[in-house]
Amino acid sequence: MPDVLPDATTTDGALLVLAIVLPAMGVLLSFVLGGQYAERIASVLLPSGLVLASIIFVDVWRSGDRLVYIVGDWKPPLGIALRADGLAAAMMMAVAVVICVVAIFARADFGTRAGSAEARAPFAFWILLMAIWGAMNLIFLGGDLFTLYVAIELLTFAAVPLVCLDGRAETLQAALRYLLFALLGSILYLVGTALLYGSYATLDIVLLSSRIHIEPATLVAATLMTIGLFAKTALFPLHLWLPPAHAGAPAAASAVLSAVVVKGSFFIVVRLWFDVMPGMLGAAGAQLFGALGAAAIVFGNVVALRQQRLKLLIAYSTVAQIGYLFLMFPLALDPMSAQLQGGSALTGGIIQAISHATAKAAMFMAAGLIYAVLGHDRIAELGGIARAIPMTIFAFALGGISLIGLPPSGGFLAKWLLLEAAVATGQWWWAIVMLAGGLLTSIYVFIVLSRAVAPSREPLKPVVTVPRYQEAAALALALTSLLLGLIALGPVDILGAGRPEAMMAGPR
Amino acid sequence: MNAATLFGLCGAALAGLGLYGLVTNPEPLRKILAFNLLGSGVFLVFGVVARRAAASGLGGDPVPQAMVITAIVVAFAATAMAIALLLRLLQETGRPTLDADNPAGTDRGNS
Repeated sequence: MPDVLPDATTTDGALLVLAIVLPAMGVLLSFVLGGQYAERIASVLLPSGLVLASIIFVDVWRSGDRLVYIVGDWKPPLGIALRADGLAAAMMMAVAVVICVVAIFARADFGTRAGSAEARAPFAFWILLMAIWGAMNLIFLGGDLFTLYVAIELLTFAAVPLVCLDGRAETLQAALRYLLFALLGSILYLVGTALLYGSYATLDIVLLSSRIHIEPATLVAATLMTIGLFAKTALFPLHLWLPPAHAGAPAAASAVLSAVVVKGSFFIVVRLWFDVMPGMLGAAGAQLFGALGAAAIVFGNVVALRQQRLKLLIAYSTVAQIGYLFLMFPLALDPMSAQLQGGSALTGGIIQAISHATAKAAMFMAAGLIYAVLGHDRIAELGGIARAIPMTIFAFALGGISLIGLPPSGGFLAKWLLLEAAVATGQWWWAIVMLAGGLLTSIYVFIVLSRAVAPSREPLKPVVTVPRYQEAAALALALTSLLLGLIALGPVDILGAGRPEAMMAGPR
Repeated sequence: MNAATLFGLCGAALAGLGLYGLVTNPEPLRKILAFNLLGSGVFLVFGVVARRAAASGLGGDPVPQAMVITAIVVAFAATAMAIALLLRLLQETGRPTLDADNPAGTDRGNS
């Protein structure tokens, strides 16, 4: 049994603890001080979280190695390690940016003026936002599978109430359905951890990866955990809960749910298969993951095309975009060693996750503004809206460009890397799926835009005037997504930092 | 058959019953109960893992026991939240179901 190098706390390792403790402190302080202060606490903590994520990002990028913190100086397998490799640092950064911009956007809907009475929805929103941020950080940094279980549960408990913030009957139903799916998913994951611990006496990712080998218990554990995580990620055919939940929530909440929350369970799937057991998926398993992803792309896009309502269309588009994330599994499989390898496929998948996060948050915010101005979001009656809030429609269009995958957007870079991997490994069928998905996406983005720029029959009477900064927030994220492709020139190699292969083909 | 195997089989049976109930029952309250049954089965499996990994002279490996306590707390919190949602749903609509064709507020849009 090859022994891995012992972990030790690195310099700046304490930053990782701070990234988890800060949000938790914010949540607790909000409960103590009450609803009037929740927004102010968040407005201090979220930007400092962004600074923290940037420091960790730069640290990992500069050193090309991971940051490690051994909690309480108890080394695994007895203790718990927090580790930030390149994937974690990049995802943390993306999540911090999205959450900060969503927080700016949400000030209009959930702002609390000084001296006003405590209201339920803002109080809940800011606490849940900080809880989601903390849970995501724990998912990215957690170094053993049980910590990840706790993190994913925290994420679920923070995400479900966001769905039903306004307390209408159908959002309550959507939240309950989401919760039941998520509970089934988490209990399946838990069975997997029990079986793995029973077989290998550790759940630490690094130790486990050196001990794990193919045997029935491991295969059963891996299968159960994966199915559970698929249910939480809403991968086809376990996506049933997603569209009503994401479409029914308030705009700021939808943006967080669609952009950030589904990436949490996806990230654990990546950790599980790329880090814990890279050699176990095999060709058949990888093809199955890819087939589910392809089915999600086709199904999600086709159903999105048939939607009458803008928010449902965007939610089904999320189902489709999740599909792209799973195409990287067959593409990352090295046919010689039958191991999943980090390379352009893994880079493409993670960039797809980040670019979808920024683009989809921008689109949900834009849809929320459109709804606020028109009082509805029926696609057929969008006429004249582009004249009323041009900046928002522009943001929607830019988000759409990233989803379609036109240069120089992040979506383009992601799909380019995945296509490159598909060509390099001779798996042309995934390329066809990606191109067809891009075509379908462009059709529904075009339908919405053409309706939006069409003149209205009667002069448009805005129900409310939306604040400028809300439009600017949506536009800022859309621009981020559009310009994400430019990271190919800069810090894209961070994704390979601290990974066992230690080498990773960047885009050429 | 030793005790660990017996408990393991019990855990598997509980998990199977719970999973069946969770998937087939349409009523949310029954689904929540089935989830708890499923959870109990899994917790029992954790106990078996702890027993089987015990060093000589000890009753069990403490690590899975620590994990199962966490898992029980999580399952309890989840149940509480599901019940709270269900109660609220009952107050809003008068019936605690997950039917998609719920007449209440089909055209009230999303905010």
